Amino acid sequence: MATVTLKPTKTPTIMFEAFNITPDAFAGKTPAQIAALEGREGKIKVTIGDFFEVSGSPGATAAETDIVIAGDCSRVKYIGNKMTAGSITVNGNADMYVGGWMKGGKIHVKGNVHSFCGIGMEGGDILIDGKAENYVGCAYRGDWRGMKDGTIRIKGSAGNDIGTFMLGGTIIIENNAFIHVSTHAEGGTVIIKGDVEGRVGGQMVKGDIYILGKVQYMLPGFKKIEVVEKEVDGVKGTFDHYIGDLGERHPKSKGKEIFANLYVKAAA
Amino acid sequence: MAEILIKNGFVIDPTRKIDGDVADVAIKDGKIVDTVSSAAKVIDAKGKVVMAGGVDVHAHVAGPKVNVGRLFRPEDKLFKSPMAQKNGYRMESGFSVPSTFKTGYDYARMGYAFVMEAAMPPLFTAHVHEEIHDTPIIDEAALPVFGNNWFVMDYLKKGEIENTAAYIAWLIRVTKGFGIKVVNPGGTAAWSWGLNCLSLDDPVPYFEITPREIIIGLMKANEYLGLPHSMHIHQNNLGNPGNYAITLDSLKLAEGIKPKNKFGREQVMHSTHLQFHSYGGDSWANFESKAKEVMDYVNQNKGITVDLGCVTLDETTTMTADGPFEHHLNHLNHLKWCNVDVELETAAGVVPYVYDKNIKVCGIQWAVGLELGLYATDPNRTFVSTDHPNAGPFIRYPRIIKWLMSKKAREATLDTFKYKDKVIDATNIHSMDRELTLYEIAQMTRSGPAKCLGLSNIYGGLAPGMNADVGVFDLNYKNMPSDPEMIEKAFLRAACFIKSGEIVVRDGEVLGHGHKNTIWVNVKMPENPQVMRDITQSFTKDYTVGLSNYPVRDYLAPHPFVIDVDVEA
Ligand SMILES: [Zn+2]
Repeated sequence: MATVTLKPTKTPTIMFEAFNITPDAFAGKTPAQIAALEGREGKIKVTIGDFFEVSGSPGATAAETDIVIAGDCSRVKYIGNKMTAGSITVNGNADMYVGGWMKGGKIHVKGNVHSFCGIGMEGGDILIDGKAENYVGCAYRGDWRGMKDGTIRIKGSAGNDIGTFMLGGTIIIENNAFIHVSTHAEGGTVIIKGDVEGRVGGQMVKGDIYILGKVQYMLPGFKKIEVVEKEVDGVKGTFDHYIGDLGERHPKSKGKEIFANLYVKAAA
Repeated sequence: MAEILIKNGFVIDPTRKIDGDVADVAIKDGKIVDTVSSAAKVIDAKGKVVMAGGVDVHAHVAGPKVNVGRLFRPEDKLFKSPMAQKNGYRMESGFSVPSTFKTGYDYARMGYAFVMEAAMPPLFTAHVHEEIHDTPIIDEAALPVFGNNWFVMDYLKKGEIENTAAYIAWLIRVTKGFGIKVVNPGGTAAWSWGLNCLSLDDPVPYFEITPREIIIGLMKANEYLGLPHSMHIHQNNLGNPGNYAITLDSLKLAEGIKPKNKFGREQVMHSTHLQFHSYGGDSWANFESKAKEVMDYVNQNKGITVDLGCVTLDETTTMTADGPFEHHLNHLNHLKWCNVDVELETAAGVVPYVYDKNIKVCGIQWAVGLELGLYATDPNRTFVSTDHPNAGPFIRYPRIIKWLMSKKAREATLDTFKYKDKVIDATNIHSMDRELTLYEIAQMTRSGPAKCLGLSNIYGGLAPGMNADVGVFDLNYKNMPSDPEMIEKAFLRAACFIKSGEIVVRDGEVLGHGHKNTIWVNVKMPENPQVMRDITQSFTKDYTVGLSNYPVRDYLAPHPFVIDVDVEA
C-alpha cells in the first residue's frame, strides 16, 4: 500500500467541500495533481492544495491507496465521498458527510464527526473514535433509499435520526443516542449500547434494532412478544423482543407477515 | 433586430410539404421572410437538418403541483444538477422536476419554441404565471382545468351549454388561460368524498352528473366559443389494466361534435398521454398492450388528436389533477404522497415513481407508448410527449424520437429488460418494423401540435410570416447515422436554435435568455347577467378569496401575446 499524507495548512473560511479526498480521486496521481483537485468553498471553486500540503504518493488504484490526514478537519466536509476502496485516516475531527455514499474501503476518524456520517452508504467500514452528531447512516433528505450495506461504528454517542430509511448494513453506537432510530427502515441492523431517549423504530417496516441500555419512551406501535437470549456485538444478555411498527404496512413472506424487531435489554 | 440567413440546410417543413430540400431560411425582425439583405448574419447549415421550433402540446412545467414536486423531492436534485454553464446563466437543478431556468434552457437546447402547461388550477393562476415568467426563452400558455369545476357541473347538469360557455369565457379571460383542460372528469370531484368515477356513467356525488355528460358538454361549449384549441382531456380510469375500453368509449363521444373555429383546427377532442389509457388485461398479471385497438380508432377519426405520453424508463415524479389516481399509485409503490384540494375547482396529487426496466409492467408501458406512435397513420394528429414528468422527463423526447426512428434502438432497449420475453408476449413492439422518418417526426413535434392548438399561423412551420423559431440539428438527411444514439444526441443539443429571430443556442449551449411570450386567449362574449350573478354569489358564499382578488394582474404576465376570440351570440 502507498500512503498520501495531507497536512492542514489553512483553516477554511467557509466549510471546505472536499469531495475529492478519496482514494479513487488520488490513485495514480502526483502530489501536485492531487493538490490541484477541485473542491468548493461556498460557491467558489478551490483546490485541495489551498488547504493542505500533499506528500507521499498514492497507489495505481484506489485499493492500493491509503490517505492520512495529519490534523484537524473540523471544517472539511465530504471526506471519502463515494469512495470504493482503499483507506482514509483522519488524525482529528471531521465535519459533515464523512463516507457519504461510500461503496467500499475503510475510513477511520480518530476524533469526532459532525452530522450525515455514512449517509446513503452502500458498503465499506467507517470507524469513529469520538462521537457523531445527527443522521448517522441516514438517507438523503427526501430519499427513501437509505444505507444499503457496510458497517458504521461510533465509539462515542450519537444524536438523532440514526439509520433513517435504512435498507441493510450495520450501525453500532457504543454510547448513548438521542431520538429517532431506524425511522422508516426496511432492513439493516442498529445496535445502541447505551440509552436512547425514544422514538425508536417509528414507521419501521423491516430490520432489527438492539438497545443494550434503556429506552426512556417506547413507541406505542411496538408490542412485546417474548423474552430471548442474544449475543450482540460481543455482549451476551436477556432481551425483551418487540415487533412493530404496528401502524405501518407490513409485507408478507411465505404467507407470514414480516415485522421489524426491537430488542431491548431486559431489566436485571 | 438583426437579419439572419440559415444557408444550405436540409429543410423539413411539413406545413409546406418540404422534405429535405436543400434551401435557405431567411429571418428578419423575429419573423421568417422571403429574402434578407447581404448584411444578414449567415449560419452555415450545410449537411444539417433545419426544422421549425418544437411545439409541446402537454407538459407540467409551472404551478403549484410542479413546485410541490420540487419541494418534496430534494433527492431529484442530488448529483443530478450540473453547475451553470458559465457566468451570466442561472443554476440548473432537478432531473424530473427541473427548476424554471433549467426548464427553459433544456427546451431551448432541444430546439423547442412553445410549451403548453397542461393543467392550471384556476385559483392558483397567479403562481402559474409567475413561474412561466421565470422560465426563460420558450413561449408558454396554460390550460385551466374545468372537468371537476362546480359551476361547470351545475350548468351542464341543467343542460346549459351557453351558460357553461359564458363561465368558461370569463374564467379563461381572468386567468389568462388558453383553453379547456379536463382531468378525470367527475372523478376528481368525487375524490372529495373519497370516491372516483371509473366508468363514463359513474355519477359524481352531490352533483349527480356523469363523466359522459361533462365530456360532451365541454366539447360543445368549446365549439360554441370557437377556441383555438379543442377540449383537451385526461380520461377516466388512467393507468389501470383493461382501461382501453373506457378510452374507446370516451373517444367515441367526439363523433357527434363538429369543429367550429377560425384557427384551422380540425379536431374536437385532444386525448392526452394516450399510453396511460391503452391497457388490456384485468390484473397486473395479464396486463397487455391495446395500442393497436386504440390507434385503429384514432386513425379513422379526424375529430381526434392524441399525444403519446411515452414511458422513458426513468425515475420520475408523477403529478396530476387526478387526485384519486395518485392515492391509488401511492398504495402500489408506498413512496411519499402529496394530496391537495383546490376549493370548488380541482385537486392534485404528487408521487415519485421509478419506471424500472426490471419490472414487467414498466416494460409493457414503454412498449405501449411507442406502439401508439408506430401505429399512427396520421403523424399530424399524433404527438410526441411524456406527459412530463409523469411518464418521464421532457429531456427524453430525443430518446423517444430515436426509438420511433430506429428498430435497432428499440431492440437494444428490449434486450436490457429482465422480463424481455414476457414484455414481447404482452405487446406488439418486437414485431413492428416501422421506422418513422424525419418528416414524420417534424409532423409529430412541430406542424401537428401547432395545428391542434390553433397556432399553425405562428408555430410549427417555416413559411414567411411565421415566428422565426428555427432549429438546426446535426443530422445528415441524405446520410443518416447507422448508430441511433447519434439521433438522440442531435435532438438533445441543437447545433443552433433561433427563437423569435435571435440565436439562443449554439452547439447545445445557451447563449441568451431570448424573448419569451405568454400566450393567452381573450374570449370576448356578450355579458351574461345570470352567469355573472352566479359567479358573484359563489365568491361571496363558497370561495375563500374575494372576486376582486381572483383575476391575474397584468404585471404577472408582462410579455403577453393575446389571441382574441370574438364569440357571436
Ligand atoms: Zn398531464
